[in-house]
Amino acid sequence: MRTTDLLLFSGQSLAGARKRTLLMLLAMSIGVASVVLLTALGEGARRYVADQFASLGTHLLIMMPGRSETTGGAPPLFGETPRDLTLDDALALLRARSITRVAPLVVGNAPVSYGNREREVTVIGATQAYFPMRHLSTASGRALPDIDPARAANVAVLGAGLRKALFGGHRAIGQWVRVDDRRFRVIGVIGKGGQSFGQNLDDMIVIPVAAAQELFDTTSLFRVLIEARSEHHVERAKAAARTLIQQRHDGEDDVTIISQDALLQTFDDILRTMTYAVGGIAAISLGVAGILIMNVMLVAVSQRVAEIGLMKALGTPARQVLRIFLVEAMLLAAAGAGIGVLVGSGGILAMQQLLPEFPVAAPLWAVPASVVVAVLTGLLFGTLPARRAALLDPVQALSGR
Amino acid sequence: MIVLEDVERDFVVGDETVHALDQVSIAFEAGDYVSVMGPSGSGKSTLLNVLGLLDRPNSGSYRLFDQETRELGEEQRAALRRRHIGFVFQAFHLVSRLTAADNIGLPMMLAGIEPRARHQRVTEVLAALGLTDRAQHRPDQLSGGQRQRVAIGRAIVMRPSLLLADEPTGNLDQHAGGEVVELIERLNNDGITLIVVTHDKEVGRRARRHVRMVDGRIDRDTLHAHD
Ligand SMILES: Nc1ncnc2c1ncn2[C@@H]1O[C@H](COP(=O)(O)OP(=O)(O)O)[C@@H](O)[C@H]1O
Ligand SMILES: [Mg+2]
Repeated sequence: MRTTDLLLFSGQSLAGARKRTLLMLLAMSIGVASVVLLTALGEGARRYVADQFASLGTHLLIMMPGRSETTGGAPPLFGETPRDLTLDDALALLRARSITRVAPLVVGNAPVSYGNREREVTVIGATQAYFPMRHLSTASGRALPDIDPARAANVAVLGAGLRKALFGGHRAIGQWVRVDDRRFRVIGVIGKGGQSFGQNLDDMIVIPVAAAQELFDTTSLFRVLIEARSEHHVERAKAAARTLIQQRHDGEDDVTIISQDALLQTFDDILRTMTYAVGGIAAISLGVAGILIMNVMLVAVSQRVAEIGLMKALGTPARQVLRIFLVEAMLLAAAGAGIGVLVGSGGILAMQQLLPEFPVAAPLWAVPASVVVAVLTGLLFGTLPARRAALLDPVQALSGR
Repeated sequence: MIVLEDVERDFVVGDETVHALDQVSIAFEAGDYVSVMGPSGSGKSTLLNVLGLLDRPNSGSYRLFDQETRELGEEQRAALRRRHIGFVFQAFHLVSRLTAADNIGLPMMLAGIEPRARHQRVTEVLAALGLTDRAQHRPDQLSGGQRQRVAIGRAIVMRPSLLLADEPTGNLDQHAGGEVVELIERLNNDGITLIVVTHDKEVGRRARRHVRMVDGRIDRDTLHAHD
């Protein structure tokens, strides 16, 4: 049988059983469309996170006390407390040529009050460098002054949310707020929507790092942000920072340094895995569609018993009957997959219109993979009905016994 | 051309064995016009199925075109059917979604013959059947007689040398049945070997050779000259 005739003949018999065909097309296209759409969402999330990291700059390093074996992993929450990371440790890092800026950080929670209004917020002890390094700008007033980091000046910069909670419509700049039992003069307010990875900068207060150390009665730092001279200096800066701290800590290598890149890589890996997982779950619906194809093809075979008997009487070998029914199943699967890709792409376009800032896009592999899986499903689940057709006894088939 | 020797075809139903063909020995010559008659259940259809290589005897020998068919595999039997044997059934067995022309061309299409040659031959057959103006009609748009003529067209489109018809007029009225018989007789005049199973005495009588079956055996086998 010629290939064009085979396709035409199968197409005609599919068109002849319209309801059955539509049902199977629907099932197959839903499966493929959901693979395309869900993987597009996963890929969108991955790109979104990558964009966020990119906007922070890629030459930032984060140093924290304690040794963690895997770079990019979470800092150790428990375990033996290593030597403290001090302000002097942080400032010593500036001796490395590959390091341009450092921002020593102390973080804690404390009640902040003005008059009779009080809020429990995150207190960040930092230096002037913190602001440009975190891409923070002030909506009014100015950032922390560029003073000796060891000086505990009584000045503070408020997050927009905290300013609103404490001052309402009144002017905050120049006022004195109370943090725990100390008084700080407000010199600036951070622009609204300041966001830094899960950390909402709206409800916080930034004070000089030395003041925060006094406030929380500690000499240790929570983190040190390190800025490398350029993207190419990141590895060198990391090594230099490690060596410097090791020298200062009696040869003990007891800090963890992670790069934005490592963090990004971790997120990237997680989200990529999630995309595969979601795609795999959606692919289950392809399996369901395959089972449907099998059942409907079985019905088709039993309804066309006489036709199959006739084909055999006309001298059609069993393997050709098998091929005819397999081609039917695969045509169905391929057509369903085609419709599914169209529907999925339409859905992606619609999402791009609705969520312009969320970069939804199907990963390159999703479309070919789902089409291949769909056709293989058709082949796999079409085999049983096709074999049944091929093995029919022509005499029985023609007599309707 | 066709030689059956001691052909046995048994069916086991429950714990009873039905001898649908009981040690049948018979031979047919090329160009024969044979009618097979006999009571229902006497084995006429089984004989035709064995002759047409649709069914295999349990024992005995069947030589077709000087070839012992016992040793042939399914593929080879299918190839013989495809090239040399045409079937006409009581129930027509047309494919309802295909036009008359496509039904007639179906064996050629399944055999992989190229469309141009197919079209030419189908046009020829349609003309010979007087169905040229029905070429694009589907079976449900045709009368019973026309359907059986389409089925005959399908049976002869590959130019077989043997035409097997099982009750070809069984579903037709007298007039349409007469037309169908005339058509297959014309084919026989052109040289095809024709074996017709029928209940209809009128139809059976027209053949040159009358075979009567009873209980799976050849009861009578007579030649008749026509004038
Ligand atoms: N597939 C089968 N299974 C069981 N018995 C069958 C089968 N085919 C035919 N028979 C039996 O064989 C005998 C001959 O059948 P058949 O050749 O169809 O008779 P006829 O065509 O002369 O009416 C009958 O008794 C019938 O019941
Ligand atoms: Mg019969």
